[in-house]
Amino acid sequence: MKRYQLHCSIWMTATLTAFGMPALAEPLTVSNWDGYMAADAIDSFNAETGHTAELVLHATNEEIMGKLIASKGVGYDVVFVSSPFAEVLHNLGLTEDLDHEKIPNIANLYAEATELPHDPGNAFSVPYAWGTTGLCYRSDLVDTPTSWNDLLKPAEDVSGKTTMLATDRWLLAAGQLALGYSVNETDSEKMAEVRDLLIDAKGTLLAYDDTTFYAKLVSGEAELVQAWDGWCNYGIGENADIKYTIPSEGSDLWVDTMVILKASGNKEAAYDFVNYILDAENHRWAAENILYKVPNEPAMSGVDASLIETFPNMGMSPEEMLKFEQLRDVGGAQRDYSRLVSEIKAN
Amino acid sequence: MAERHIFRLMLLILGVVFAFLYIPISVLVGLSFNDGGLPTAWTGFSTRWYGALLTNDDILKAAGNTLVVALFSTALSTVLGTLLAIGVEIRRRNGKWLETIIFAPMIIPDIVLAIALLSFFSLLGVKMGLHTIIVSHVVFNLAFVCAVVRARLKNFDWSIVEASGDLGASTFTTLRRVVVPVLMPAIIAGALLAFTLSVDEFIIAFFTAGAGRSSITLPMQIFAMIRFGVTPEINALATLVMAVSVVALALSQRLNKGELPGQ
Amino acid sequence: MSADRRPLLLMTPAMIWLFGLMVVPCALILVLAFFRRGLYGGIEYTWTLENLALVFDPLYFQIFLKSAGIAGLSAAIACVLGYAAAYAIAAMPRRHQPMLLFFAVLPFWSNYLVRTYAWIVLLNREGLIVNLARWVGYEGELPQMLYSEQAVVIGLVYNYLPFVILSCYAPLSRLNPEVNEASRDLGASAWTTFRRVTLPMTVPGIATGFVFVFVLSIGNFVTPALLGGGQFQMIGNLVYAQFLTANDWPFGAALSMVLIAVMLGLLMGQAVMADRASGGKGARDG
Repeated sequence: MKRYQLHCSIWMTATLTAFGMPALAEPLTVSNWDGYMAADAIDSFNAETGHTAELVLHATNEEIMGKLIASKGVGYDVVFVSSPFAEVLHNLGLTEDLDHEKIPNIANLYAEATELPHDPGNAFSVPYAWGTTGLCYRSDLVDTPTSWNDLLKPAEDVSGKTTMLATDRWLLAAGQLALGYSVNETDSEKMAEVRDLLIDAKGTLLAYDDTTFYAKLVSGEAELVQAWDGWCNYGIGENADIKYTIPSEGSDLWVDTMVILKASGNKEAAYDFVNYILDAENHRWAAENILYKVPNEPAMSGVDASLIETFPNMGMSPEEMLKFEQLRDVGGAQRDYSRLVSEIKAN
Repeated sequence: MAERHIFRLMLLILGVVFAFLYIPISVLVGLSFNDGGLPTAWTGFSTRWYGALLTNDDILKAAGNTLVVALFSTALSTVLGTLLAIGVEIRRRNGKWLETIIFAPMIIPDIVLAIALLSFFSLLGVKMGLHTIIVSHVVFNLAFVCAVVRARLKNFDWSIVEASGDLGASTFTTLRRVVVPVLMPAIIAGALLAFTLSVDEFIIAFFTAGAGRSSITLPMQIFAMIRFGVTPEINALATLVMAVSVVALALSQRLNKGELPGQ
Repeated sequence: MSADRRPLLLMTPAMIWLFGLMVVPCALILVLAFFRRGLYGGIEYTWTLENLALVFDPLYFQIFLKSAGIAGLSAAIACVLGYAAAYAIAAMPRRHQPMLLFFAVLPFWSNYLVRTYAWIVLLNREGLIVNLARWVGYEGELPQMLYSEQAVVIGLVYNYLPFVILSCYAPLSRLNPEVNEASRDLGASAWTTFRRVTLPMTVPGIATGFVFVFVLSIGNFVTPALLGGGQFQMIGNLVYAQFLTANDWPFGAALSMVLIAVMLGLLMGQAVMADRASGGKGARDG
């Protein structure tokens, strides 16, 4: 009998949890990558503004894009995605046209960050962090790399100890840059060259990896890897022999952005949230703790000088970064890119 | 005696297979006690990750949600899948279309089912949450349960069912008293399989969950945290989940006075 | 019983479920295979067979063959190990059997990613196995175990082994000890009894287990990325990439449609063969 009651109560509790009573007001739902903003950012935002916000996490741009497109963005209010993905969301009509009046702190952005090619004038996206993609390496184990070819055609003793990013666009970018092409190149002959170069490079790789490459450097499993500057900093933090460099052929300029969704039922709160993040103090926290450059002038000028000494790429100026081309949505050529990557991986 | 040799051989097989199953698990348990954050170096014994875990509401909530999803989807799919299997095997002559529909949940790529369900739910304006994950997990789970039960039914002696019917028992009684007890080991195997699949399922859960925090499951949480590799905290959680399962089993053994259902 | 409608009644709840939550939603997505991808990844509603034509490309056939090979190998290994384990469990005293089954699936309640990372810790070049080998005095070159097809096979066998154990246990658990005894009384050796009596009766369980591992492996996209170092694509990765990376739903739908058709063909063939092998027909005519 007792057992029966126990079972019943477990099931009832479970039922209630599963089908739960719907909350009266929907909280502001923000989706971001893990560890990409202060752990207490949501709480202090709630305390400061009186809104109820909650944070959910996505592992990759691709994942959250699939969900936003299939659900037409319903349920989400503010989403952090990289700029080519923000562009797609905008082109599909899912993003809110931003009213700058409601984001006074947008004035904190560097002038360069308000004229980014993917969204001049910040019509639908606000840059949150930006940087470059280059080579991260163990300076105690390999010679200083100077060219993308040092990665793609590695010296014999480095062969088998390199990794490349696994995400299509960045994987292709290494080949495009090495051959002196645009990172948005779509000409099929040039891209066939890129493919052949990358197929040859694949034979010398340890792995494609865009999450734990810095840990591989720390353990010595890898010695030279293609990396986003911010993630290389995580490696530098663990081992001072790890260094970051941009090859002579250049880099891309990546920008992670915040967008507000058109379907949002919490637009006022969403604007307040974007504004809150752009606050000089809050945005500076992000720079100092996630070790990514932020496009916020007062925030960056407040960053501790010793931090820039340890992580030299943090000191790169917007002007220097703007020399590089942004990855753009390539529209119809996306299908060709995807096929190229399949060809590379099938070989 | 040959009997004894065979028994020893069986023990040896069990030993080898269980060693294979538990070697990575012992690594995982070991790492959960590693003081340092990186899996590459042992920096000393510590229980601090367990402490960190117990104050991490996000992870604990996600673990709770996962349990709810797995329990409900297992219960539903075990019932539906078993009934389906019995029906299909009694009918014998099943058309290709019927077989197709029964096999399909296993072979439709996860991502297709995930996107299809999300598009469908949003088309209908269904409010999403744990309940949408549960009903979605039942779709593939019931196919797996059905397959396991059917494997058991292939050599089933239907004459006992007819005998029971001849003795005047209703279909329901026949099912409950005759068929289900014989099938019990297969049903338990099917339920364990469904639970295991559901506990670990990520992509369909991610797409059919509501947007907010309230319906995040553990695999969703862990996938999102993978940016920084697997932290000892997650290893600690995996260790705790297994430890709690063992305790739960021991308790249920006691409640059932040492007898598990299906005997 | 087979003549009346009662079996249909038993099937109805599951059929409604599958129709409403699988057939209809998937049809809505798969039909996109006949439309065009818009410039930005939306759908242009003009009919075309272009997407389907693109699927029949040697590149995708090659990827399919490769994943089918890896999935098939994993399934075969898992079946051997899983069947042996299930047989051994069924040979243990009856009261211990549920507990052994429980301990066979317990590791798989941890988390897929966590287990996969544990394998990385074991197999990598600076990993536990290498260090252990060095510690016992092995000086030679060790092969790169991680980021290879072998590592993917290990990962797939490992993660799907319990499903084989469960599906093989179901038919083994009911094997009547008397049948074995009778067979042995007739002078058959243990091996002959196994081969002539036990194995045929449990073929459906092995076939089911094989199908489980095969379909789960071919659709897997995490293990190839982590243990295979992303250096080859399984069909699962390919479909995933069309929908999520390339945002190309029409092509993803076309690929999936062909994949589902091929797999169904294989499964139907398998079901017929398993049915024959187990001699199921005779047992069911009655």
